[in-house]
Amino acid sequence: MKAWLPALVRLAVLVLLVVFITSPNWFEPLLKPLTENGAPAIYNQGSLLTLTLQHLQIVLMATVAATIVAVALAILVTRPAGAEFLPLSRSLVNIGQTFPPVAVLALAVPAVGFGEKPTLIALFLYGLLPIFENALTALTTLPGNIMEAARGAGMTGWQRLMKVELPLSAPVILGGIRLSVVISLATATIGSTVAAKTLGEVIIAGLISNNLAFVLQGGLIVAALAVLIYDGLSAIERYAARRMGQGAE
Amino acid sequence: MTLRLDKLGVVIAAIVVYAAFLAPFATFRANRIVPGQARSILEALPPAPGVLLLAIVIAAAVVALLRTPFILRLAANVAALVALAILIGVAGGFLTPAGNTFARVSPASGFWLLIFAFTLLLADVLTRLNLSPWARLGVLVLAALAIAVLLVSGRWDSLSILKEYASRADSFWAEASKHVTLALGSLAGAVIVGIPLGILCHRVEKLRAGVLNVLNIIQTIPSIALFGLLIAPLGWVALYVPGAAAIGIRGIGTAPAFVALFLYSLLPVVANTVIGLAGVPRAANDAARGMGMTDRQRLFDVEFPLAFPVILTGIRIVLVQNIGLATIAALIGGGGFGVFVFQGVGQTAMDLVLLGALPTVALAFAAAIILDAIIEMTATKRRVETA
Repeated sequence: MKAWLPALVRLAVLVLLVVFITSPNWFEPLLKPLTENGAPAIYNQGSLLTLTLQHLQIVLMATVAATIVAVALAILVTRPAGAEFLPLSRSLVNIGQTFPPVAVLALAVPAVGFGEKPTLIALFLYGLLPIFENALTALTTLPGNIMEAARGAGMTGWQRLMKVELPLSAPVILGGIRLSVVISLATATIGSTVAAKTLGEVIIAGLISNNLAFVLQGGLIVAALAVLIYDGLSAIERYAARRMGQGAE
Repeated sequence: MTLRLDKLGVVIAAIVVYAAFLAPFATFRANRIVPGQARSILEALPPAPGVLLLAIVIAAAVVALLRTPFILRLAANVAALVALAILIGVAGGFLTPAGNTFARVSPASGFWLLIFAFTLLLADVLTRLNLSPWARLGVLVLAALAIAVLLVSGRWDSLSILKEYASRADSFWAEASKHVTLALGSLAGAVIVGIPLGILCHRVEKLRAGVLNVLNIIQTIPSIALFGLLIAPLGWVALYVPGAAAIGIRGIGTAPAFVALFLYSLLPVVANTVIGLAGVPRAANDAARGMGMTDRQRLFDVEFPLAFPVILTGIRIVLVQNIGLATIAALIGGGGFGVFVFQGVGQTAMDLVLLGALPTVALAFAAAIILDAIIEMTATKRRVETA
């Protein structure tokens, strides 16, 4: 396979995605065969572009919040002052992953009501785990000789953290963020069962009215977003790893 | 002896003080969907048990706050959890006016926070005790038995969630068995197809990247969309393939849910089989070849046993994930605990949501503990054998 082929495929997916969400009506003839009884082939209860942006916004907000909290927690439990929390935080991560997203979502509703908020909470809680896990792995497996050198050079704890530990951990932490974003993109669709404005609305509208075209376009947009964002973050991760002298795999 | 503070204990004690004195312990509602009125511990319980509960909770918090021996921490925690579990039932009976069948009492944020705080502490103690796999399974069985005893004894019958259960007892068990069948059945399918596929990918390098890429892309399709997309092909199969409809294949319902869960399960199983086989030491393979083992013997007697713990890790991921995802099957008529969750969301009846969500969480949690224990047992067994 030629090296430029994957890049070309990605570019094509991106162009197709942008064209589809900005002018979905061009694709009507393609999707028409999937509908029955003259049902509309393109989602008509709102703009796909707006829904896509809202979808991305919810995922972005939840991921940023989850990253800040997860990395801060991972830093805390790997300092001497927080070492007592390390074993517990490990088992909490394990336990947390057993909570199904639907349950988190549904249980957040009585606390904050319907709409975007329960979705944000579910995505935040669900996004915490992969980031925290990766940050913890990265911070606890730093090469001992580098840490010794930093200490020997007279760096304070804060300097070591900012100039040595975090930059060295960045690629692995980014890996956690990537995982978290991909999970959140898919989970956000479930948010529409509690009235959040996401692309899940399109899919659910399709399920309710038995309109396969809706289900397909909603699902494909989310899948294309996930694949593109996954690839984009992987590229950033490789760049960060190269900068840290760890080399690309 | 100087008293020293436990850092985790400070956090726990703060949560306990807030939950016991400031947050509502139970919620009382005139019927199942009106907004509730908050009741504190002393308002929700008769005077004697109320004071007793506060005393136990505060004593447990003090034990947590100070650096105390493990056994004392364990005992205080278990006592607090048992007292909370029994007394929330008492609160249900106490708050419900006699003869009133519409009134609903449910645990409120204070109760859940207290349970959370003490479970956290219990998890901490159990983690630090470094229990063997068998001991962990034992703790799980004990906890399950305790909950079963409380349920069967009827101590919780006055709580709203069990009233929801009482009016749906038959459908609850039907959905429960559907849920378990969906999760375990799709796992079995993924193991039967995924392990041979993983072995094939390991042996045929050309296939590996392609298969793993396709499976990766399937994972990015949102579950509700994948469930929906399978309706059409399965509906077609049911119509045109003779005998398909007779064995229960239909466009909506269990069949598309089963296929979707199966497709999601393939990636972890195939990927972990490939990783496990790739991690088999070269020396082991060379030795096997030197002994004149055939490819087949090498696979079953050397590679597979060595890769088994890694493959099991994949199975654990799949099982926990499937138990959660199976709730979504309810959206396309596939049944499972999701039925109650989505009904509850639709009726804004949160106790109905809990009736679906709590068993799902419990199942996933139990599955994770059981499989973690099995993984550890196979891994240590291997180490003992090779030592």
